[in-house]
Amino acid sequence: MRKYTPKDNVQAKSYYTDRYWVAPRVPREAVEAGTHFADVVEAMKAFAKESYIEVGQLVIHIDAAENFDAIKTLKEQCGYSQCSEQSAVDYLAKDGEFELFWQLLNIKEAKRVRIVCRLKEGEAIESIVPLFNSANFAEREMFDMFGIKVNNHPFLKRILMPDDWEGHPLLKTYPLHGDEFASWYEVDKIFGKEYRDIIGPENRDPARIDRYDTKRFSRVGYEVPFGADISEGEKEQPIEYSETLLVDYNKKAGKQLDQRK
Amino acid sequence: MAQHQVNYASAAGLPIALTTVDHLVNWGRSNSLWPLTYGLACCAIEMMASGASRYDFDRMGTIFRASPRQADVMILAGTLSKKHAEFARRLYDQMTEPKWVISMGSCANTGGMFNTYATVQGVDRIVPVDIYLPGCAPRPETLQYALMMLQKKIRRESANMNKNTKQNLRLV
Repeated sequence: MRKYTPKDNVQAKSYYTDRYWVAPRVPREAVEAGTHFADVVEAMKAFAKESYIEVGQLVIHIDAAENFDAIKTLKEQCGYSQCSEQSAVDYLAKDGEFELFWQLLNIKEAKRVRIVCRLKEGEAIESIVPLFNSANFAEREMFDMFGIKVNNHPFLKRILMPDDWEGHPLLKTYPLHGDEFASWYEVDKIFGKEYRDIIGPENRDPARIDRYDTKRFSRVGYEVPFGADISEGEKEQPIEYSETLLVDYNKKAGKQLDQRK
Repeated sequence: MAQHQVNYASAAGLPIALTTVDHLVNWGRSNSLWPLTYGLACCAIEMMASGASRYDFDRMGTIFRASPRQADVMILAGTLSKKHAEFARRLYDQMTEPKWVISMGSCANTGGMFNTYATVQGVDRIVPVDIYLPGCAPRPETLQYALMMLQKKIRRESANMNKNTKQNLRLV
């Protein structure tokens, strides 16, 4: 029998996971001789650590220190005249480093190349803005979202989040609902910290209804003036769920025969 | 009607109508609600549709104004991001009293589906809201109805805004 997991907090995480599920992977193909990509691999021989073809586009792994020279070679020798996207992926928990990628397009040949490199936390990458102006905003976004510094960038400043924001939201360690700074950001900014108590914490439960709150909810059929107190001296009674519903069957001591997750 | 009662309204056949200051002032206020031309997201498209000829807000005396100094109503139409909250509040502060706020759509009401770090979880955290308008996005008829409800609310209120019960945020 599948072990019981409480289903009352379904928004926190899915309670059902398929333990036999394997993430699908796109096959990696070798670069065939005589093709356009073979010429690219030949030109990139000095930089490439590994190169293969994935879904019809060439992927080249390089060293993070050589990114400018590698992309310059691609632009000047292989005709990759457009940098369509540049960003990073947070693998800090898994490998302790970021994966940075540049997506380049050769318009004449209709071919795409992805340059991939690994970057340790705290290290900076060289800007490719002198080669591609389109990388300007992309690098700023990468700095904003991951905190990866870019050397020799003309104007390295946050692009999406406010300038005085703390934290880098696309890091896997950043909570989706924001840290304390994020949850009070607009209150602190507009009213000041002393208004935190007056305004109160954010309500993240979309289904929450306070039955005595006549400011936000009208009593259908029993309308009262805005903000009227309808408790009639009654103490606030939070909804109490029966004990049996809240029993955590997972922590129950007992012999679990199947140790697999 | 008893014989001794005097009909003041038709005294001597003069064209006189008796009313109260509250009624007169609120008649003026409620029939010339000028909202701020201020859209935040997709709800603003519905707001524009409400203002355009098919739904025609103008016939209700509701004319969108491009300056907060000339506006009475702020329709917060769309997702309010935390970065923008400061500016929304500044626009609200720049509006002259008396002023009202309509929170249009789920995102403005509660943050909607954007239950994230970057979205204000309900615009009532930064401005006092008079009418909450559900929907994603609300149809122009809904916005029309909300505006008519706001007119009703204004007609019920005292002309002296200090006497009206407001959310605490108005004091800020």
